[in-house]
Amino acid sequence: MNPQSHAFKHNVEAALDDVQLQQALRNVGRGFVVKRRSALDALPEFEALRVAARDIKDRTLARLAEHLERFEAAATQAGAQVHWARDAAEACDIVVNLCREAGAKRVAKGKSMVGEEIGINPALEAAGFEPIETDLGEYILQLAHEPPSHIIAPAIHKTRGQIADLFREAHRVHGLGEHLETVPDIVNEARQVLREQFLSADVGITGANFLIAETGSTVIVTNEGNGDLSATLPRTHIVTASIEKVVPTLDDASVLLRLLARSATGQETTAYTTFFTGPRRPEDAHGPEAFHIVLIDNGRSQMLGGEFHDMLRCIRCGACLNHCPVYNTVGGHAYGWVYPGPMGSVLTPLMVGLAEGANLPNASTLCGRCEEVCPMSIPLPRMLRAHRIREFETRLTPPRSRYALKAWAWLARRPRLYHRILGPGMRLLGLLGRRQGRFRWLPLADAWTRARDLPAPVGPSFMAQYRRTRREGTGS
Amino acid sequence: MRAALFVTCLADLFRPQVGFAALKLLEQAGVQVDVPQMQTCCGQPAYNNGDRDDAKAIARQVIETFEDYPYVVVPSGSCAGMLRLHYPELFGDEPGWQARAESLAERTYELMQFLTDVAGLAGVDATYDGTVTYHDSCSSLREMQVRAQPRRLLGTVDGLTLKEMRDTEVCCGFGGTFCVKYPDISERMVSDKVAAIEASGADTLLAGDLGCLLNIAGRLKRLDSTVRVYHVAEVLAGMTDVPGIGDGESA
Repeated sequence: MNPQSHAFKHNVEAALDDVQLQQALRNVGRGFVVKRRSALDALPEFEALRVAARDIKDRTLARLAEHLERFEAAATQAGAQVHWARDAAEACDIVVNLCREAGAKRVAKGKSMVGEEIGINPALEAAGFEPIETDLGEYILQLAHEPPSHIIAPAIHKTRGQIADLFREAHRVHGLGEHLETVPDIVNEARQVLREQFLSADVGITGANFLIAETGSTVIVTNEGNGDLSATLPRTHIVTASIEKVVPTLDDASVLLRLLARSATGQETTAYTTFFTGPRRPEDAHGPEAFHIVLIDNGRSQMLGGEFHDMLRCIRCGACLNHCPVYNTVGGHAYGWVYPGPMGSVLTPLMVGLAEGANLPNASTLCGRCEEVCPMSIPLPRMLRAHRIREFETRLTPPRSRYALKAWAWLARRPRLYHRILGPGMRLLGLLGRRQGRFRWLPLADAWTRARDLPAPVGPSFMAQYRRTRREGTGS
Repeated sequence: MRAALFVTCLADLFRPQVGFAALKLLEQAGVQVDVPQMQTCCGQPAYNNGDRDDAKAIARQVIETFEDYPYVVVPSGSCAGMLRLHYPELFGDEPGWQARAESLAERTYELMQFLTDVAGLAGVDATYDGTVTYHDSCSSLREMQVRAQPRRLLGTVDGLTLKEMRDTEVCCGFGGTFCVKYPDISERMVSDKVAAIEASGADTLLAGDLGCLLNIAGRLKRLDSTVRVYHVAEVLAGMTDVPGIGDGESA
């Protein structure tokens, strides 16, 4: 996916004017928040789990290479083939070659954010394959030629009516295309179409929520079971996973799984949690003949040990998106790349470059709600600030902001001058605004007064008044 | 008990009465208050916009100005949070300054928190005839853990009824320079906040941070709302005989 994060401000305007998007955001944004709250209320040990989860990830990341090697050995032992990819291009090459070797035509794809990150669909299409998304949300977006707008609910920005319209158009070739009114009708029609795709696919590609070092297993959680069908029906199963997904043991994974569903959708557990360990064995009734795991770095080892290290704890639950007032106002597409919301505003500049992504860390009020709900206790506001510091230090901050900030800081460091200039200044402003109590417009304050009045200062500054009362009070 | 009052730049310049209300409340709680004259701004604009050098320079100045006092009290959650959490972060590579920053941080409190948790103020002697709703500023709530304290004190104001609004913990869209860097998003967020305030049925909005208050009052007044806006300290100190924030003498 080509990053469009530089166009954030433009994207925002479009998002705010998009009536259907705003309606979709209102409908669903609150749902996840309320459901998560009640799931947490029903689990008194949530905080203890959160501490345990953080500890698991920290221990794992401290010796990541070792755990990955253990994973590779165990997976190989189970009959899987493990491939290593340094970046997106390498990962796509590996997957495309595997599809060629499998003599594939049609590829069934389970939902995978790392797949979006490396741009696997365009790579497959360019190589002559036909990738079919099997997750309902991803399928809808494939029909709409759009990227996901949320990491767990990719089509959350679409209303039911928009989806029904898309299906009516796309499903005519399947002899379908009636007008669909209800959600079950929409789901049933998608199921009917997708069933064909599962059965005719030669290769299935899925992501992985976790990689288990001790057993060499990969784990996916879904609510539709599409991941399992994508993984088990075709002859070849390819798992694409980023390297920070590894955890040492099955027990560790079970701790993280308990946090994941509750934080994401407010479910106690997702409908399907599947562990894949190697290809089918002779005694198995089902399963792929070949099982490949592509381990993708794509900038992550650069994050190890640095100021963005903690971001590698992220388990992609989407809680920070659901609780972010900015995300809920503009939706995911405005962020212009694969990962939106607070977690995306940290990751995107690291992956596409700070110059491309500089808007994102700034598009936050640092309200801290993301960190509060993050099951992995990732200090997201601190990392958004860290990006801003880099931006300032590399002079990517717009000159006007730089000068304004510098001027304010210069004055703030000269208290006597500060009070001598600003005290009378505010007094004058206060006199001008005394009758109305506010200004509808002020020179240089346009960004503020576009949407709000500026309350007028009231009288002389506190410091000026305080000095006067003290002088009077002491009688000197 | 002795404490220094950090008035904050917005209170100093836009709403001096917040400083006087804080003084009055602290004195009611039996605290002897000093107002160091060399104070200006806590450096948050520089810090949150990535200008670490200037943030550090301002932080050093604040530390020098306030470190001799047993307590520093701030009528703003975000400025208090700046001293409490972010000053120690700033000096990660300067152990000497970091120790001084940490020492100051441990003695820094948001006003409501200090009044109830440290000075043991159980109630106030004030009257307010109205129904108020209280907006939880993000930094007060999440950085300083201020939530119950202002509500407890408001419960002791004669004639005052507190009605909670929905999503009281959701940001109002101020966010320091965020509101001018992304005015369109900020406008939508403050409009949501204003809708929640109106829906609560309260006739007065209170909060503990002047940044949020200027933002919300500005939007309320632009929409010709009759909701009055005060800093919570003004109500607790019984200083509401003056126009609310954004209201003029002609109103």
